[in-house]
Amino acid sequence: MSALSQQTIDATRKNEGHLLASWQANLDASGASRDSRIKQAEFEGQTREFLRLFLASANGSDTANITGSEWADVRGFLDGLSRSRALQGFDSQTTASFIFSLKRPLFELLQAQYASDASELAAQLWAVTELLDTLGMYTVRAFQKSREEVIARQQEELLELSTPVVKLWDGVLALPMIGTLDSQRTQVVMESLLQRIVETGSEIAIIDITGVPTVDTLVAQHLLKTVTAIRLMGADAIISGVRPQIAQTIVHLGLDLQGIVTKANLADALALALKRSGLTVTKAG
Amino acid sequence: MERIPILRMGDFLLVTIQVDMHDELAITLQDDLSERISKTSARGVLIDISALDMVDSFIGRMIGTISGLSKIMDAETVLVGMQPAVAITLVELGLTLPGVITALNVERGMKLLRERVQAE
Repeated sequence: MSALSQQTIDATRKNEGHLLASWQANLDASGASRDSRIKQAEFEGQTREFLRLFLASANGSDTANITGSEWADVRGFLDGLSRSRALQGFDSQTTASFIFSLKRPLFELLQAQYASDASELAAQLWAVTELLDTLGMYTVRAFQKSREEVIARQQEELLELSTPVVKLWDGVLALPMIGTLDSQRTQVVMESLLQRIVETGSEIAIIDITGVPTVDTLVAQHLLKTVTAIRLMGADAIISGVRPQIAQTIVHLGLDLQGIVTKANLADALALALKRSGLTVTKAG
Repeated sequence: MERIPILRMGDFLLVTIQVDMHDELAITLQDDLSERISKTSARGVLIDISALDMVDSFIGRMIGTISGLSKIMDAETVLVGMQPAVAITLVELGLTLPGVITALNVERGMKLLRERVQAE
């Protein structure tokens, strides 16, 4: 186990101002702080805050292990920092360099401090390197975790966004499908459509597949399932938006869409739905 | 013993399943219903399953069988009020109940039955 000596911590504390300035200069040189997404003052506040927490935690603790309770504040700070960086759209390198650019100023400080004691200098350099590396890695991990959270949330939102059930007429629902149909999406689509059928008491549901790029056997099977479920509930389903290429694919694959009413576009499907509901559209005057 | 009531409404029989179906109950219903159809010479049967929120493959098949047997005994059968979860389960189980007429609720089911009986 290696640890920062009291002398190192005292020296760091004494030269805090100088250290902050050169750290800032380093960050400036790497371009990390000259970004319109983050304010200069905010950046300086973050470096000051980190150094304060760092010195408070570093006192006598093991530099190879930052999972202990004495590092809780530093970890919390880095979590917050990584999250905000991830949300602002910074990449992992810029985020990690926040920690790594502290190395050089610290090394220079140690060199000046232990100029006469080579072995102690080596020991302290090792301790600082180990500590900063661990903290840097922790930052990258936290950054990655926040990014993954963002991606997962976006996927979820996309799933819900892409399946709106709209009411076209009294008793006529439409579901414009956009994007590839997989099992999970079919499930979500089916559930929301069936739920809306119950809520609105609609007798006709139009599934528009204009936005579905390809129809293969699996997609056809999902469509069939949805149509069957709609029929079981006591409503009718019409599939619209069958593009010429898709019609060809369906025929070439030998898919059986028997018993399913298909229409070329949504207008035709709506016309059929209105006709079935006993409604006619006439020109006024 | 627990039984599902079969109500007579003019020419039609109304079956409302309001308890959790179990296998024995389904078989009893099947027997009772065929008995009642032959006794009353009903022209149509309306089965309301809006309170049924869970099905397994056996119950799913029984629903199909009951509809099928009433049809053979010359009574039109309409299945009404299936819950979304039940519909999804039946489809996933592969029980698509071909030939069974469905409607969204009792009112529409009745209308459908009258139309079909009149058309005959």
